[in-house]
Amino acid sequence: MFEPLKPVSPGRRIALGILFFVVFFVLWGGATFSGLVPPLFLADPLKTAQAGIALFVEYGFIKDVGVTIWRVVGGFVIAAVFAVPLGIMMGAFKSVEAFFEPFISFARYLPASAFIPLLILWAGVGEAQKLSVIIIGSFFQVVLMVSVIVGGSRVDLVEAAYTLGAKRGGIVRRVLLPGAAPQIAECLRLVLGWAWTYVIVAELIGASSGIGHMIMDSQRLLDTGQMIFGIVTIGVIGLVSDFLFKQANERLYPWYFLK
Amino acid sequence: MSKLRVENVSRVFPGVRGGQPTRALEPTDLTVEDNDFITILGPSGCGKSTLLRIVSGLDRPTTGRVLLDGQEVSQPGPDRGMVFQSYTLFPWLTVRENIAFGLREKRVPVAEQADIVNRFIGQVGLKGFENHYPKQLSGGMQQRTALARALANDPKILLLDEPFGALDNQTRALMQELLLGIWEADRKTVLFVTHDIDEAIFMANRVLVMTARPGRVKCDIAIDLPHPRHYTMKTTPEFAALKARLTEEIRVESIRAAAEH
Ligand SMILES: Nc1ncnc2c1ncn2[C@@H]1O[C@H](COP(=O)(O)OP(=O)(O)OP(=O)(O)O)[C@@H](O)[C@H]1O
Ligand SMILES: [Mg+2]
Repeated sequence: MFEPLKPVSPGRRIALGILFFVVFFVLWGGATFSGLVPPLFLADPLKTAQAGIALFVEYGFIKDVGVTIWRVVGGFVIAAVFAVPLGIMMGAFKSVEAFFEPFISFARYLPASAFIPLLILWAGVGEAQKLSVIIIGSFFQVVLMVSVIVGGSRVDLVEAAYTLGAKRGGIVRRVLLPGAAPQIAECLRLVLGWAWTYVIVAELIGASSGIGHMIMDSQRLLDTGQMIFGIVTIGVIGLVSDFLFKQANERLYPWYFLK
Repeated sequence: MSKLRVENVSRVFPGVRGGQPTRALEPTDLTVEDNDFITILGPSGCGKSTLLRIVSGLDRPTTGRVLLDGQEVSQPGPDRGMVFQSYTLFPWLTVRENIAFGLREKRVPVAEQADIVNRFIGQVGLKGFENHYPKQLSGGMQQRTALARALANDPKILLLDEPFGALDNQTRALMQELLLGIWEADRKTVLFVTHDIDEAIFMANRVLVMTARPGRVKCDIAIDLPHPRHYTMKTTPEFAALKARLTEEIRVESIRAAAEH
């Protein structure tokens, strides 16, 4: 059972995955139903579920969810549209890399959330500010990761392409790009996960809609049930988007996923 | 006029981390005639790959120059097809797409591409595997695809760097016959690097033996065995005599190479 790197059967994999949630709910229920943790700090699973139903039925929570998804996807797509080509250029051309790399390595460590007060000053509390937080948080990460991925392309394949008559443009388009594409997609999947944390932070401050805003509102009412439900919702959406992303990658790049 | 002329070509690699520079190849001259099948034998590290890379244009010589049909080689190009020792098929392309890579680069019309690709798939015996990805192929099949990929470009000269080095003996023997068959049919000009003496004799009309590093051509032996060749030729007395001679030449160099390390 604990042999290093030994694969497990699909059935056992699913069973183990479900087992975790069973253990989780048992511990949560045990701690709350028994009164070990007072409801003021942590709602029990039943209350949380009820709060969730109330959120959707009475408070139009689905709108908040929609707004948040829109922000994440919008900011993420804008960041990716600019970051991926720049990353490819940096990975392929060492002088482009030399020009941008020092600044981007620095900018990458600027915490996106620390920009929120400044962005509110610049862009107000509207959608532009929310999108900006996500763009700042994702852009530099994507650029650097894509540049590393493309820069690590196999030199032997580039040489083979040259001997087959490819020129510089062909090397980038027909060797570097297709070779790096699946890893670039994986990198985007990873950064999309981070974008979710940025959006919630952006919504905790100066927002009038969104999941983060709902969580903030619930805190004022000390409704831990709603707060927990909001957090779980984010987790579930993250899980679903991750799954869809993975499926799309496997469809688009079957060769990469051959064992 | 000769097909390929290597004139006074040498290669010195700069020292690694302040170490001594490596003289990989001593000034070398070589003349290859049209339709020659030349095999190059030599101990490991004697500069065989270096010489081939310089002819292909992937590496530049420290001195000297390479002329192909009288034109100086300054960069890699589709007129010199190369098959590498390592597997270099594009993993995101199927067998068919890999073979068509150079044709697409040349903007050959699609229908014509398909014709050429089909012909070479047949020639290297990959029918039924056209739509496999490289990861789904055995090593021998991958090298056959690489060979077809180089041939599909119709190069003036074919450069093969131990293309069958990683294959087992049986597969290797089949690949030798396959390549020889293609050569007997098309009469391409070929430079073929190998470690294997049998292979060197069986394939070639000239065998070059290189010295241990720093490498240079030590002897140039004509192989006058008749064509078409069949694997049974490997047991004839003529073959054995050539093999004995080459074994001796190589042995001296291998001992020298070993003594240096
Ligand atoms: N890029 C490089 N930088 C420094 N030294 C190199 C480089 N490429 C090759 N060499 C050196 O040049 C010498 C010849 O290398 P080469 O690859 O041509 O040998 P080879 O005859 O092909 O050997 P093998 O039969 O093992 O493939 C070796 O000593 C190697 O260390
Ligand atoms: Mg070599």
